[in-house]
Amino acid sequence: MEKRKAELQQLVKDLLGEAKRQGASAAEAAVSSDAGLSLTVRLGETETIEHTRDNGLGVTVYFGQRKGSASTSDLSPQAIKETVEAACNFARYTSEDPCSGLADANLMATDLPDLQLYHPWKQSVEQAIDLAIGCETAARELDPRIINAEGATLNSHNGLQVYGNTHGFMGGYPSSMHSLSCAVVGKQDDSMQRDYWYTLSRQGDQLESPEHVGEVAAQRTIARLKARQIPTQQAPVVFQADVAVGLLRSFIGAIRGSALYRKASFLLDHLGKPVFPEFVDIHEEPHLPMGLASASYDNEGVATQRRNFIRNGVLESYVLDSYAARKLAMQTTGNAGGVRNLRINSGGLDREGLLKKMDRGLLVTELMGQGVNMVTGDYSRGVVGFWVEGGVVQYPVEEITIAGNLRDMMLGLQEVGTDLETRSSVQTGSWLIDKMMIAGE
Amino acid sequence: MSDLIQIAQETILAPVGLVEQDLDRMLGELTGSGVDAADLYFQSSRLESWVLEDGIIKEGAHTIEQGAGIRVISGEKTGFAYSDELQLPTLQEAARAARAITRSGAVQSVRIAGMPMPKQLYAPINPLPSLSEIEKIDLLRRVDNEARQQDSRVKQVIVSLVGAHDVVLVAAIDGTLNADIRPLIRLNVHVIVEQGSRREQGSSGGGARENFDYFLHEARALGYAREAVRQALVNLEAVDAPAGAMPVVLGPGWPGVLLHEAVGHGLEGDFNRKGTSAFSGRMGEQVAATCCTVVDDGTLPGRRGSLNIDDEGTLSQNTVLIENGILKGYMQDKHNARLMKVDSTGNGRRESYAHLPMPRMTNTYMLPGEQVPEEIIASVDKGLYAVNFGGGQVDITSGRFVFSASEAYLIENGKVTRPVKGATLIGNGPEAMTKVSMVGNDLKLDAGVGVCGKEGQSVPVGVGQPTLKVDELIVGGTEQ
Repeated sequence: MEKRKAELQQLVKDLLGEAKRQGASAAEAAVSSDAGLSLTVRLGETETIEHTRDNGLGVTVYFGQRKGSASTSDLSPQAIKETVEAACNFARYTSEDPCSGLADANLMATDLPDLQLYHPWKQSVEQAIDLAIGCETAARELDPRIINAEGATLNSHNGLQVYGNTHGFMGGYPSSMHSLSCAVVGKQDDSMQRDYWYTLSRQGDQLESPEHVGEVAAQRTIARLKARQIPTQQAPVVFQADVAVGLLRSFIGAIRGSALYRKASFLLDHLGKPVFPEFVDIHEEPHLPMGLASASYDNEGVATQRRNFIRNGVLESYVLDSYAARKLAMQTTGNAGGVRNLRINSGGLDREGLLKKMDRGLLVTELMGQGVNMVTGDYSRGVVGFWVEGGVVQYPVEEITIAGNLRDMMLGLQEVGTDLETRSSVQTGSWLIDKMMIAGE
Repeated sequence: MSDLIQIAQETILAPVGLVEQDLDRMLGELTGSGVDAADLYFQSSRLESWVLEDGIIKEGAHTIEQGAGIRVISGEKTGFAYSDELQLPTLQEAARAARAITRSGAVQSVRIAGMPMPKQLYAPINPLPSLSEIEKIDLLRRVDNEARQQDSRVKQVIVSLVGAHDVVLVAAIDGTLNADIRPLIRLNVHVIVEQGSRREQGSSGGGARENFDYFLHEARALGYAREAVRQALVNLEAVDAPAGAMPVVLGPGWPGVLLHEAVGHGLEGDFNRKGTSAFSGRMGEQVAATCCTVVDDGTLPGRRGSLNIDDEGTLSQNTVLIENGILKGYMQDKHNARLMKVDSTGNGRRESYAHLPMPRMTNTYMLPGEQVPEEIIASVDKGLYAVNFGGGQVDITSGRFVFSASEAYLIENGKVTRPVKGATLIGNGPEAMTKVSMVGNDLKLDAGVGVCGKEGQSVPVGVGQPTLKVDELIVGGTEQ
């Protein structure tokens, strides 16, 4: 890996030099190289074995305030030459943009600690197949109502990312990601349902056991059988942690610089104002060892740091890269490429505690569709979940929608559960929201 | 040998010193006992995109995607490997990795041969140089100007122009040798309007397998600008959408995303071979109202979802999925067709050489009926008239699907009245289709912006339908 890293860093150096030779006043380039295994077993047999090998190179050149970009999956010298030339050619035609350019040189990361992101998983294809079969078998044997399977899939990838720019910044680090997922089909009378479960980690031995993944997939599938509709009504809603992640992502999308300077956000001009109840704190921790989104520098080489976005319910910071920051006359927050290991603080109740607190309402376990309007905050999604009475799950529900406005939903947040979803770069427990409109029969 | 094959060989193989006999030899190494099918897929694409924002040409980007995918199938097992290096030793290494799915077998000889191409649905052109850079920029500026001229409430306009030149070559141990050159262009306009403290958005666009001057004809691009602004202004007036079950009238064209989600995915061969679709085992049964006939047609000239050949080298077709409400056919690729003992319908598609092919839609639409659209609207006492949509999603197994309206109106006493805010509509595919009670005579296909995602792979598709009425769908608004 060290040798490959040196090769790719040299490639970036050469490329930046070439861009300069072609007249660019500044340039930046990123190269990634990823190799992996992806296999699926179904009904106890191997279904697909994929050997993946992905390379990518992207370069952006600046001729003063004009910008051109190009990328290639082909790292042959000829393709790289064509790519640099294409980027330079585009910069002849794009407009002068006073906000364009590299991030400021004094913001470049100088401390590049090892964040322990690279843990190759040494196993043969045969071992990987056995592991996936063990997972699927555990799901299929859990209950006779599990009648079919989409199978179990194991992914194991190792990659290398290198980024450099003409400020002289050069970073690069290897990383790994491993996952195991299982999806099965259950049937009872004429109700057929599928559901899945997965585990994800930078380290193979940190994954949940294959049997556990299979069993949870089967339990989730069985729990959905014989789902019904419920009448149209207003009710409180618990978003289970894995779907609450989406709400937190919508919040982040609304404070992202590109949405703000385009006036395409429902949180325009909210800096310093309360957007959540007072008990809410949201922060990112980019340097978490082995974190799913850890990095010591962002996609522009800017040093990342621990940052509060919400403190005591008040919006303290936007999510900015250098371009959006200049558009807004602000400073980049080191978030080119997004937020890294975002967390919302939890209260004292687990998911069951939240259901008790809700007493009567809807538990949402799956959201469908793209009905989130980031300009207005209007929110309308298809839902699968459970009806709750007396704080206890009564029966599964489907073919209903929930609707509201994200601004009201965020302010109407009653409590965040301790049942943390850890398989995402955005981490949260379940959310209890005071009320939403449910459309049904 | 067809010209396309020759051009593809010159574009992809010749620069790296490969000749047709190398393909024969590589395929020979993929054969053997236990191997049911194997293919090589070579691809060379160039893509370019331009973005105008804040009145300036902000981005210009160029993308190269090139490589080969090698697939070996034994029974239900598939081995797959790919490489972005087109050197023979690298390809042979990838072939060995794919071949490891079966351990036995001796090398056999394979002779591939070009097949006749009956007609070309689009010209083998490279759209990228079809307008000069200056002309492309001018087009973007004129679209921006047209949008801003419509109304002083227009505050932001983003225009993007994308073109792709995709050359593919497929060779398989069944003797297939085929190639395609696929131009694809797309122009999108997104606007934000502001009135007092209220902001809304609107977007429009179109595309085809054509040269960029397609957007200049009939002032198409300027039409997209006007349409995006019109939608945004309508949304400024929108009141809260209703919540609950009600009759829904869907406008013609893009609302055909209903068919794509409600029946299209559920009729893809892979789900039905595995028995995981709500439509599995229902061939020949009534799955929709008798007024519904739905086809998947990859043979429409110039359309975004059209293909001369699919990504397995099979000629694309017009496949009847549902005829007068009866389930007639699934969409198949070679692998699922072989296991289900039917023929491929030319629906084997892949996002790129780095992805495995699977059954995918092309252009999916409903054939027109008898009613005039006004009659259909007049038949609704209280309901929703939805004419524009964002995306949709379906759960194949339960049949449950959603699609999100971005422009909709209330129907009150047979008349379209006030615009309402965007809302998600939800239904169950096999059930919703039996509730279609009226089909209009105004079949329209979408403007050519559709992208379909399945198992992480995106491919361009088309949809279409006439105005139609579904007697009951759940509308996910906020007003009880």
